[in-house]
Amino acid sequence: MSELALSPNQETFVLNLGPQHPATHGVLRVKLVMDGEYIVSAEPVLGYIHRMHEKMGENRTWAQFMPNTGRLDYLGALSYNHGYVKAVERAAGIEVPERAEYIRVITVELNRIASHLLWFGAFVLDLGGFTPLLYAFDDREMILDLLESVTGARLTFCYFRFGGVYNDIDDDFVTGTREFIKRLRKRLPDYHNLVTKNIIMIKRLKDVGVISAEMCRKYGATGPVARGSGIDYDVRRSEPYSVYPEFDFDIPVYHEGDSMARYMVRMDEIEQSMRIVEQALDRLPDGPVKAEKVPKIIKPAPGDYYSVVEAARGTFGVRLVSDGTNTPYRLKLRSPTFSNLSLFGEAARGMLLADALALMGSLDLVIPEIDR
Amino acid sequence: MNASTEVYRLIAFLVGLIAFAALNAAYLVWLERKVCGHIQRRIGPKEVGPYGLLQPIADGIKLMTKQVMLPPQVDPVLFRIAPALVLIPAVMSFVVIPFSENLVAREINVGLLMVFAFASVNVLGLLVGGWGSANKYAVISAARCVSQNVAYEIPMLITVITMVMITGTMNLNEIVMQQPDITRWYVFRFTASPLAPVAFIIFFICSLAETNRAPFDLGEAESELIAGFHTEYSGMGFGLFFMGEYANIVIGTSLATILFLGGWQSPVPFIPGGWWWFLAKVYFLIFCVMWIRWTYPRTTLWGLLNLSWKILIPISLLNLLLTGGMLKLMPLAGGAG
Amino acid sequence: MEELVARLEEIAASVSRADYDAKGYHLDVTVAPDDVEKAALVLDEAGYTLEAITGVDWLGEAARKAEAEAKAAYAAAKKAAEEAGEEPPEMEPVDTSGLKDEMEIVYDYTSYSHLFRVMVRCRVDRDNPELPSIHQVFPGADWHEKETHDFFGIVFTGNPDLSPFLLPEDADYHPLRKDFSA
Repeated sequence: MSELALSPNQETFVLNLGPQHPATHGVLRVKLVMDGEYIVSAEPVLGYIHRMHEKMGENRTWAQFMPNTGRLDYLGALSYNHGYVKAVERAAGIEVPERAEYIRVITVELNRIASHLLWFGAFVLDLGGFTPLLYAFDDREMILDLLESVTGARLTFCYFRFGGVYNDIDDDFVTGTREFIKRLRKRLPDYHNLVTKNIIMIKRLKDVGVISAEMCRKYGATGPVARGSGIDYDVRRSEPYSVYPEFDFDIPVYHEGDSMARYMVRMDEIEQSMRIVEQALDRLPDGPVKAEKVPKIIKPAPGDYYSVVEAARGTFGVRLVSDGTNTPYRLKLRSPTFSNLSLFGEAARGMLLADALALMGSLDLVIPEIDR
Repeated sequence: MNASTEVYRLIAFLVGLIAFAALNAAYLVWLERKVCGHIQRRIGPKEVGPYGLLQPIADGIKLMTKQVMLPPQVDPVLFRIAPALVLIPAVMSFVVIPFSENLVAREINVGLLMVFAFASVNVLGLLVGGWGSANKYAVISAARCVSQNVAYEIPMLITVITMVMITGTMNLNEIVMQQPDITRWYVFRFTASPLAPVAFIIFFICSLAETNRAPFDLGEAESELIAGFHTEYSGMGFGLFFMGEYANIVIGTSLATILFLGGWQSPVPFIPGGWWWFLAKVYFLIFCVMWIRWTYPRTTLWGLLNLSWKILIPISLLNLLLTGGMLKLMPLAGGAG
Repeated sequence: MEELVARLEEIAASVSRADYDAKGYHLDVTVAPDDVEKAALVLDEAGYTLEAITGVDWLGEAARKAEAEAKAAYAAAKKAAEEAGEEPPEMEPVDTSGLKDEMEIVYDYTSYSHLFRVMVRCRVDRDNPELPSIHQVFPGADWHEKETHDFFGIVFTGNPDLSPFLLPEDADYHPLRKDFSA
């Protein structure tokens, strides 16, 4: 034990939460200064799996960087595929056929459901409830099987191409997706009855880890974290892209700002994503899934380009600087959890250790995406 | 019975009880894994032996052959003593538990008191283990365990005092004798205490908290404190903590069975009573304990303490007063029956 | 919106509208390094949020520009000489030694309530990259500045701690500089 903890004049001690710790879900380390069970200050320490994707981007062609985008956020990789192809398509002026856009939306939303389901399980696990995790995995497994059948991958997807997608979806995928939605519709009320309405859950999440809307703005928080604090901001709605404007869906917003609000936002988003997928399947147009006139070697005009998509955890932005050659001059990846986690230090101050872990779980961290 | 046979009898019982505690712990782990497996739509262990029945043996061999690591900076004496401090009192408590009318190692008149005296040593083991580990998580865990155990011992003892007032004895076998069939189980004895089922529930909740079981497993809250007080323990050091935990669960549920559910007595007169009834009741309660664990998330320390001080203690005090009044107004025949 | 643009025009060296569909942002603001905090204050008051800070290393850009200009001038001179029927002049080597390289720092701002993306950029001397920190205005900028310092070695004066953030704690290199090789 450190001298600090043993010395009678010092009432605080330093607790290293991680880099190996069950609650950090990866290799995040949080340096906590504790006064008993109260947190005096919390400082996340990053970089344990920093891989310098941005430098890799400068050393390979535009198309060769695609696989890297699937390795940022391994739980919602398709959104990151989408963010990158969207940025390059904008820079190079590539048009995408409608069917491809529909397929992109269907797969991205399925991936979002998978990501939220896994988060749901892991979050309840953080709170000490083991069982929901396995039910969530059970459902997620079906999504992964579906996605595997069209993308060939289960986790680190590299499915999108400039001007379309790699592979067309087939009837099995369509019927399988419909069956899955039917099944999840049946099971979600069970989750709410068993978990959401559980008195212990409510006691642990209500009014715990309150983040104000102003704090979200100051730290640049996006996604469910911002929407749980009453900020009605979703890139799919406020900065429409792909074919999202054609669908009828709601953006769940809760105003409490506590962990419960963030929990509810994600649970409602599962429902909304299912609505989007259903509508997209109903209206799925025929046609090619890849634009025909995409050049083999892409050379966007010099200049800088910026593009954002709504990933499962918030706004994923890609800033490209092109110098007119076949490799990016600069490629900046703006990851949502990087900003979402940056407010943890301020939000966790003065909290109990157990509550701070509930707060951290409700931020939905994926460490590879923070460290990049 | 002369003195020497009494000694042999006691030794035989002690060996038997230690074997029972160890095997029981091993097979409760198997049961726990099976129960949680089925609750979670899995099948649990199945590879080692039929239905995975040999899994606990394999686990036991693994634990016993593993090196007991002594991390640097730990207090070597405290670190080694702690697992024994947890296990020995739990095994000692078995001495007075009546498995059936005659199957009791040593029937003493203050059996109930003895069980609680030993149960209180358990928390000392956790504290010593946590403190001796020289690990911050273990120290936090030990502090939690102590405050939790102190908080829950009060409503538990008040409830037990209420029961002793009704039964008029601390001899566990006599308490069982007073409950010959289901209508006279103390959990349904409204004439003695109108809050009897409530008392049973309080006792059950308290024994969950006393044994650090979910949803009160704050001492080893794995998402907060890694493994709590036994973070630094490996091999049989960890194994003893584990056995101690399960032995304590058995003690807690046994007491609940004896005090409220008629112990080894049969619920209906036409089926004879015996140790099988006792074990059936105990294992049913243990199943409930597991069921709760795999259903509920964990409370926080503050929530836990509030539950004890603000809800359980007032209710158990009310129960004590009501029971006292009832006993004064309409004394039970024979002081107990 | 117009008010914001007017207020930014007061501070900035140049403010130009960009084609959102092609570029992904609406307003391209260039400021002097010392004015980034003022720009942040204006955007903060207007309710904007900081999405990201990053840098771009323009190593050799000044030299490339000078060479391209010299070439263009030479081509024009050559053409003029050929038209006049004269012997074309020899191309003189371009002296790029006195040219200073620059680094660019880019701030992306956006608003939760309406779609208007503002990109604030400024350039600093590459040999001595220094500019004030804006973490007093946007506390979220702290981490982005740390990351930018890691990658480019750009010093944000006023940032509480610029020790390696994503890089290993003993890292003394800045991998996104164009002259870095592993």
